[in-house]
Amino acid sequence: MTIQETQDEIIDDFEVFGDWMDKYEHIIQMGKELPLIDPQYKTEDNLIKGCQSKVWLHAEYRDGNLYFTADSDAAITKGLVSMVIQVLSGHTPEQITGAEIYFIDAIGLRNHLSSTRSNGLLSMLKQIKLYALAFQAKSLQSKL
Amino acid sequence: MHNTATIGEDRRAGGESQRPGGESRGKGESRRLDIEAIRKDFPILETTVYGYPLVYLDNAATTQKPLAVLNAMDEYYRTINSNVHRGVHYLSQRATDAVEAARVTLADFINARHAYEVIFTRGTTESINLVAACFGKKFLQEGDSILVSGMEHHSNIVPWQMICEEKKATLKVIPIDENGELILDGLDEVLRGGVKLVAFNYVSNALGTINPAREIIAAAHRHGIPVLLDAAQAIQHMAVDVQDLDVDFLAFSSHKLYGPTGIGILYGKEEWLNQLPPYQGGGEMIKTVTFARTTYNDLPFKFEAGTPDMAGMIGLGAAVRYVQELGLDNIQHAEHELMGYALDVLREIKGFRLIGNVDAGHRAGVISFLVGNIHPFDMGEILDQQGIAVRTGHHCAQPIMDRYCIPGTVRASLAVYNTPAEMDRLAAGIRKAVTLLG
Repeated sequence: MTIQETQDEIIDDFEVFGDWMDKYEHIIQMGKELPLIDPQYKTEDNLIKGCQSKVWLHAEYRDGNLYFTADSDAAITKGLVSMVIQVLSGHTPEQITGAEIYFIDAIGLRNHLSSTRSNGLLSMLKQIKLYALAFQAKSLQSKL
Repeated sequence: MHNTATIGEDRRAGGESQRPGGESRGKGESRRLDIEAIRKDFPILETTVYGYPLVYLDNAATTQKPLAVLNAMDEYYRTINSNVHRGVHYLSQRATDAVEAARVTLADFINARHAYEVIFTRGTTESINLVAACFGKKFLQEGDSILVSGMEHHSNIVPWQMICEEKKATLKVIPIDENGELILDGLDEVLRGGVKLVAFNYVSNALGTINPAREIIAAAHRHGIPVLLDAAQAIQHMAVDVQDLDVDFLAFSSHKLYGPTGIGILYGKEEWLNQLPPYQGGGEMIKTVTFARTTYNDLPFKFEAGTPDMAGMIGLGAAVRYVQELGLDNIQHAEHELMGYALDVLREIKGFRLIGNVDAGHRAGVISFLVGNIHPFDMGEILDQQGIAVRTGHHCAQPIMDRYCIPGTVRASLAVYNTPAEMDRLAAGIRKAVTLLG
């Protein structure tokens, strides 16, 4: 599935939820499905500091694609991180750097993206794109 | 401990046409406030959030504004807006009279000896920065120290750190115990060791602890050391009398006192303010200017460079009159009862952990808590979904969170317009969050 298709699927999933409790229950459930970061990578270097919740992120490059693992100390953030990773993991650096992430806004969690001070999610997206850029540069170099 | 009640009485003798809270009261008696009537003074409290009636419990961050304040500011712009203190024309004189009347109101409110000891600033933060910069410049030398407490807001830490760094002075800290109280054993010894000024908050914004201000001020004065009291979280909850406290500097913000944003107060004893150099240069703060030399204006204008926030001053004056009409003793009584009720209903929640002092009598305004292992940020978001506004995080007091080894807390903070029914909504909201997150 493309990055866009996965996002559209998540948005569709959320449309069935009648009330906000179900929506949050689903997000928290998604957090439990997050591919957890190996404890050895849960370091200060891999910590993305938001003002309120912490996110740890690790990237691996295999066969031309980037794969992410992560964790967060807050359940709702963890659910969102899990969805972001579901959307972006397993794609090429080019696809990731060019991706537009719109599902968080579309499922009605705009406040998670609107303020860098409130949480680590926006910083995490930036970090993912930075990783992708770095690997993109690396693979370009190796082709030269 | 204070005499704002007397001020209130004088005002009643003067015959008030509008009385907030809607209820009449007997002379000199404490009065039970009619909270439902008070709520009608605050239009924003009728807001609906995601289909729920708003429960606003972020009052320690900023309080809502009563019509009396909104109207005063609106009227200022509609009828007398003009630059103050310099104009010869009618409007300028009216505006000058209005802002100076606001200064007198503020001076009465904190029982300052003179109105010119009341300086208008942008808020508590600027008031503290002003004293840190000006006092530091004049009195701080290498090897000296400034003493703050372990439960300060960053605003009462960082300005001192900055001036200490510049002057090669050190910042010393009064430690706090597990119960969220200052440890004052050994204070005298610390004060003997080169402390030039003591700065601490009257009420902690993160824990709600009421600190023994009078005792600490007296101790500092025994060593001839002046004290700055950060009253940002006290001024809206209890009567503050600068002469009774004998405090040298007092800082607070309008917007936490039902007044407009962007304006606040620095009170300073005349003898101290006169010794300090000016803070910022510009218009209003000067007497004469030549390229060779400028002479500075007298108090309070020496510290009020530039065109002031006239509407803000008038709005703050209106807020203080509103509070005086309700009576701070009555407010304190009502909030104290509400705090007791809130703690009772919250304590019934499984896993509820109050951070700070468990005794309702030693706290004001703020209930800082955690529930089980739930992250404060998650709790805040689920409460928000139910129309309940709280604050989460470290509340700009990271050293306290480090002291308790927690990432932050959920903070519900009270104002005069909050009700027991809202505390029930909070408790129910927390229970719902626990079922989702627990």
